[in-house]
Amino acid sequence: MNGKIRLAGLVFAFVFAPVLLGATGYAEKGKGPEIHAKIGVISILTGPGAAYGEAITNGFKLAQEEMNARAGLRIDLVIEDSSGKQEQALAAAQKLINSDQVVAILGPTLSTEMKVVGPEANASGVPIMGTSTTAQGITQIGKFVFRNSLPEALAIPASIGKAVRKYNLRKVALLYGNDDVFTKSGYDTMKKVSEEMKLAILTTETFQKGQADYKAQLTKIKNLAPDAIFCSALYEEGAVILSQARKMGIAVPFVGGNGFNSPKVIEIAKGAADGLVVATPWFGEKDDPKVKAFVAKYEKRYGKKPDQFAAQAYDGLTLMAEGLKKAGKADRAALRDALAGIRNFHGVLGTFSFDEERDVVMEPAVLIIRNGKFQLFR
Amino acid sequence: MFAEQLINGITLGSIYAIVALGYTLVFGVLDIINMAHGEIFMFGAFIGMVIVTKMNAPLAAAFAGAVLVTAALGYLLERVALRPLRGRTGVSHLAPLISTIGVSILLENLAHHIFGAGNQLFETPFAEIRFTIGSTTVYLVQVVILAVSVVLMGGLSLWLARTRSGKGLRATAESLETAELLGVDTKRIITATVVIASAMGGIAGVLVGMAFNYINNQIGLSMGLKGLAIIIFGGMGSVAGAMAGGLILGLSETFVVAYGSSGYRDAIAFLTIIVVLLLRPQGLFGRAAPEARR
Repeated sequence: MNGKIRLAGLVFAFVFAPVLLGATGYAEKGKGPEIHAKIGVISILTGPGAAYGEAITNGFKLAQEEMNARAGLRIDLVIEDSSGKQEQALAAAQKLINSDQVVAILGPTLSTEMKVVGPEANASGVPIMGTSTTAQGITQIGKFVFRNSLPEALAIPASIGKAVRKYNLRKVALLYGNDDVFTKSGYDTMKKVSEEMKLAILTTETFQKGQADYKAQLTKIKNLAPDAIFCSALYEEGAVILSQARKMGIAVPFVGGNGFNSPKVIEIAKGAADGLVVATPWFGEKDDPKVKAFVAKYEKRYGKKPDQFAAQAYDGLTLMAEGLKKAGKADRAALRDALAGIRNFHGVLGTFSFDEERDVVMEPAVLIIRNGKFQLFR
Repeated sequence: MFAEQLINGITLGSIYAIVALGYTLVFGVLDIINMAHGEIFMFGAFIGMVIVTKMNAPLAAAFAGAVLVTAALGYLLERVALRPLRGRTGVSHLAPLISTIGVSILLENLAHHIFGAGNQLFETPFAEIRFTIGSTTVYLVQVVILAVSVVLMGGLSLWLARTRSGKGLRATAESLETAELLGVDTKRIITATVVIASAMGGIAGVLVGMAFNYINNQIGLSMGLKGLAIIIFGGMGSVAGAMAGGLILGLSETFVVAYGSSGYRDAIAFLTIIVVLLLRPQGLFGRAAPEARR
């Protein structure tokens, strides 16, 4: 009822605003007729990565509600499940592009999936934005491909740099998931940065998604006694690794990639999570009214704190809305041009810009877990 | 380092072996691969987790609860997915394989709904008990896991060789029709087999939770595939083969990581299996093909 009255008020405003402003010649930006946009979402709703998909779609839905509560824009989401599989993600994209006729796509969740979905969307001229794809070479797929997720190539040097200065690290062990583009690309960056900083790499160990037992790798690392362990893992595996390592008596700091940054690490590994250093675009404790409002709203709605994936998804849809407003219509090509022009956008992640290659420009925060809490690492 | 890795390998291998025992028992009698076994094992782990971590009950209750639930699941599996397909004309011999795959997908998603996605902490004070020999730390859990697997293997072998129902089971395995003519209640034997195999899966589930501290609804798949490889490697239907195969796989995986590169962990473990199968196609302890299977 209330909503209807508000809507009626909006319609009233739209009809009369041009009349009132008409005398000056131009209507103010954003006060034109309502833009109605259908946006496709490809996410992991079932299977091993479902925990990410849940956070991501929660972020989208929260942003959608807020956008729709404002004037001038109405966004409908068409949500498809990819199960984290390339072929299913591609099928979902084809359905969204051809039968749902969406104006843009948000997702898919994994970089592996984006490598097949990106070219398809690009060829069809549909803007696509990854909100959690952080591997290298994502936006280079084509000029319709965007992302707002901080690439590992930016995050990792920041966290390693700070850890090396603070702990005076000399020799390190590397550990990474070798069956995922995301963790593999994180490892490549870790290795490169370690070599540039002249750190001795004692050993490089690997593991696979969903593994339960890391004791063999950790026993080996423990015996080599490194100053720190650089671990490129998603939080599900990462938290278990931390827990098993601490239990085994490995007390050195861990430096993680982007996927390691989640409150879930603390939830899963409890006290064992202390000493994990990550660089992140998202810091939920930040003293910023926008961040505080988002955290409060998310927590009230879903009963838990938003993680990085929820925050990136939230900003992803807000960016899309920004693009649509700038474009002035729900048109694929116009939206692409508008998105590509976005600079200094203020979202919950901080100040965000797209560079020439539609990739992320922003300053990551480096955090450490101490006493079961993420804190700024100084 | 060697001693620690040896213990790691034996622990992992013992768990593989217990999972494989469940497969081999069902295969021995029914000649089918029960693809739902991994998921039943996963359910056992979750039931144990709920009892020990969420309800703070003693470990014995976790084992009892896991065994009860997985045995019930085994019974349902037999009644719903296996029995209706047995002995009917026109049913492909692959049909029970497909129906157990269906059950496995159902169970995996059911676990997702009930227990949620992602890793769940399996916390029990028992898992913290440890002692040190020289410079090597041994957890009591690791000893228990090895002991349980040996006891299960021994018990199973004795049961099959010495008891009346064990004989009935072997007769049923030899030929369903003949056993039935000789007065063996094959229906009961088959049900008992599936139930016992599932209950063993439940025990393995609790042990995995104790050993690794974390469980998720995907462990059924990864452990299940390993179990499957082990029974082919050890010899289909062979109890000793499951045990030996499990230990060999667990040890080789661990030592490849310890002295080689962890990237080749699965590659070398499975390469070993392929080589053994080339030399002994029936598996380590398998009987030669013709008279073994009808």
